[in-house]
Amino acid sequence: MAVTVSIPTILRTHTGGQKSVEASGSTVLEVIDDIESRHSGIKARLVKDDKLHRFINIYVNDEDVRFAGGLEAKVNDGDTVTILPAVAGG
Amino acid sequence: MGRYASLLDTVGSTPLVGLPKLSPDTGDGPPVRLWAKLEEYNPTGSIKDRPALAMIEAAERDGRLTRGATILEPTSGNTGIALAMAAKVKGYGLVCVMPENTSEERKQLLRAFGARIVYSPAAGGSNEAVRVAKELAEQNPDWVLLYQYGNPANVQAHYEGTGPELLKDLPEITHFVAGLGTTGTLVGVGRYLREHKPDVQIIAAEPRYGELVYGLRNLDEGFVPELYDEQVLTGRYSVGAYDALRRTRELLELEGIFAGISTGAVLHAALAVAEKAVRAKKRADIAFVVADAGWKYLSTGAYVGALDEAAAKLDGQLWA
Repeated sequence: MAVTVSIPTILRTHTGGQKSVEASGSTVLEVIDDIESRHSGIKARLVKDDKLHRFINIYVNDEDVRFAGGLEAKVNDGDTVTILPAVAGG
Repeated sequence: MGRYASLLDTVGSTPLVGLPKLSPDTGDGPPVRLWAKLEEYNPTGSIKDRPALAMIEAAERDGRLTRGATILEPTSGNTGIALAMAAKVKGYGLVCVMPENTSEERKQLLRAFGARIVYSPAAGGSNEAVRVAKELAEQNPDWVLLYQYGNPANVQAHYEGTGPELLKDLPEITHFVAGLGTTGTLVGVGRYLREHKPDVQIIAAEPRYGELVYGLRNLDEGFVPELYDEQVLTGRYSVGAYDALRRTRELLELEGIFAGISTGAVLHAALAVAEKAVRAKKRADIAFVVADAGWKYLSTGAYVGALDEAAAKLDGQLWA
């Protein structure tokens, strides 16, 4: 399953400055593990104690994965995965 | 509508209107209907009149806010304008901490209402406004920081006002969709509706801004409002400027509703929810919040010209 993952500015130190990377996996966790295999250190920024970091939001096609199974949320071929830090709105 | 003792008494009781053209055609299947709650009918033209008044009245009851006091608040605009109106009527001073990348109209309106504006850096968006406001609160202990992100009166305003209004006007409600900022609307309305309709779906639409706004120095500077209660929500969408603008224009084009840009993001999520209901062949009555009208965003060029150019202009702006 090939997906495009967009990387926020704050995590691009791990991807050599790349704004987005290609990755594969059938769940969000598998996608993260796949990115980690090429961009070491990024997983520790995203996942803490087997859960998504409190200040990290991940969206599959614009839907927050926390409401779709969290790290086990399903990812399909061609999906867009967006990683963003949590910031204030309002 | 009728006669009121003062402007403050006109907060709330906003209309809920059907959207016959935007609601999907389900043919012989169960109906899927969209309903818009028009918060521009509040006295300063946005949903923020509700939490602003509730937070001031709660602070008056607590004794934190006394005659002639100065209120302090971090705000990207609407909360500040609502507070400025209430402060004017009640005789308080107001200092707003506002990110410099908000629309010109919001800045001018605040000044017209007599509020003092302290600008926070564009990079970091509202995060920076919150940080600066907390610093100012420490330096000025006599100022009263209402703090919409953590003030329970914000949630309460929607639990006691917006939520009951929605259930009364739409007893058959199946979904509620609103913008996610302080989280006050979603948490307050969501809790009320859930108590009365346990199966109701509560969906957040979160604006996805340009990169500038996410320019944190490190992840520990991330921000989740103290009011946020993930348990209340059943879904959360992130909507970028392009989709938000596209839907804002559709709402105007098809239904004649001239809404602010954040409403486009909310409508985008509401339509995604509607599409799921159509596919599942389930009846849905989806109410969503139109937080304000479009007047304050005209200078952004959002409503005319090529869509992608208009969306590009919003990059780096706090458009919701």
